[in-house]
Amino acid sequence: MKVSYFPGCTLRTKAKDLDNYARKCAEILGVELCEIKDWQCCGGAFVSAKDEVASKLSSVRALAAARDAGQPLVTVCSACHNVIKQTNDAMQNDEEFAAKANLYMSQDKDPSEAYNGETEVYHYLELLRDVVGFDKIKEAVKNPLTGKKIAAYYGCMLLRPGKVMNFDDPENPTIIEDFIRALGAEPVIYPARNECCGGYVILEDAKSAEKKSNKVSESAANHGAEIIVTACPLCKYNLEKNGSSVPVVYFTELLAEALGVKEDTDAE
Amino acid sequence: MLNKTERQKEQILRMSGVNPLKCMRCGKCSGTCPSYDEMEYHPHQFVYMVETGDIETLRNSDSIYKCLSCFACVDRCPRGVEPAKIVEAVRLTVIREKGVSRITPNEIPALLDDETPQQLLMSAMRKYNK
Repeated sequence: MKVSYFPGCTLRTKAKDLDNYARKCAEILGVELCEIKDWQCCGGAFVSAKDEVASKLSSVRALAAARDAGQPLVTVCSACHNVIKQTNDAMQNDEEFAAKANLYMSQDKDPSEAYNGETEVYHYLELLRDVVGFDKIKEAVKNPLTGKKIAAYYGCMLLRPGKVMNFDDPENPTIIEDFIRALGAEPVIYPARNECCGGYVILEDAKSAEKKSNKVSESAANHGAEIIVTACPLCKYNLEKNGSSVPVVYFTELLAEALGVKEDTDAE
Repeated sequence: MLNKTERQKEQILRMSGVNPLKCMRCGKCSGTCPSYDEMEYHPHQFVYMVETGDIETLRNSDSIYKCLSCFACVDRCPRGVEPAKIVEAVRLTVIREKGVSRITPNEIPALLDDETPQQLLMSAMRKYNK
C-alpha cells in the first residue's frame, strides 16, 4: 500500500530517530511512505481562530497533494498530526475558511481543483492499528520486548479535541497500550498518561513546563514504568530536560527494536 | 455604532466561534486546566468576562500566555463551550497589534539549548508573535 507521508520540520532535525525508524518499519510492514514533494512546516500549533488562514496553508497544500495522489496522508509527529487533522476538519466544516484558503491556493492551482477536505489523515499509530493491524505486527515481531514495563504517554495532541482527532477515546485511550502488547511488552496504566506536559510554554514560562512534565514522569515512575513511550518530540524534550527518571523513547524506536531492524537502521 | 468594547467582543466571538451564553458556570474547565495555578483569570472567567465586556482586564493579564493549548477544557466542558478558543482569540487581539509580540526573534537564541526541537520554536511563533 502507498501512502503520502508528511515528516515535518523536527523529524528532519532533532527527531531523526522518529523518522528513520518509521520509514524502516513501514518497509517491513508493506507500506510505502511516499514523502510529499516540497512539503512545508505545519507551524507546530493549530491556531483555532477562524480568521487565521495563511498560517494553515502549508497543511492545506499537503492535504491537497495527498488528494491529488489518491492517497491517505500519514504523519508521525503528534503536532503535525494535530495541526493537519484540525486544518482538514476546518476545510470540511468551515465554508468561509475553506473558501479563503482555496483563494490563496488558486495562485498555483486551478479553482476547479479546490480542496474541500477529501483526504483521509492517519497518524502512523492509526496506520498500524487500522491498516496493517496489530495482529500482523505481533506476527512480524522478531525480538519480543517480553517483561518490559512500558508507559504510553499520549499527552494532549494525539487525543484532543476528541471530536476532531477521532483517534481514540480521549479519556480512556487504548491504542498505544495495544501497540505495546503487540510488541510483547507490558503496558503500564498511570493517571497522567493523557495530561499535557506543558511543552508549549517552555520559552515563556519554563517553571510551568517543569511542573507539568514532572507530574507526568513521576506518575509513570510511581506506577513502575521502565520506559515512557511517546510520538511527540516536544514531549520527549520537555520530559528529558526536566529530569525524568524514566527514559523516554519514540514509539517507532520500540517498533524497530521489536521488528529486529533497529541496528540496521542505526547503521544506515 | 458599536463602541470599542462591543467591537472587541464581537471580534472575539467571531474568531473563536464560542457562544458564552451556553456556559452554565460549573467551573469544570478551570478545574481541569493544568495551568490553573499560573493563571490570574481562569478559563471559566474568560468566558464570563468576554460576555460581560470586561475584555481589557483579560488583555492586560499574563493569563493569556499561560494556556497550554492542551484542549482539556474543550473536551471536558459539558456544554461544548470550548473555552480554550476564547482564550486564544483574546491573546490574538493583543499580539496582532502593531509592535506587540510576547517574545521577539532577538530574544530566542538565549532561550535555546542543543536539543530544542524546531517544533517548539514554530509553535512559539504562533503563540507569541504574529
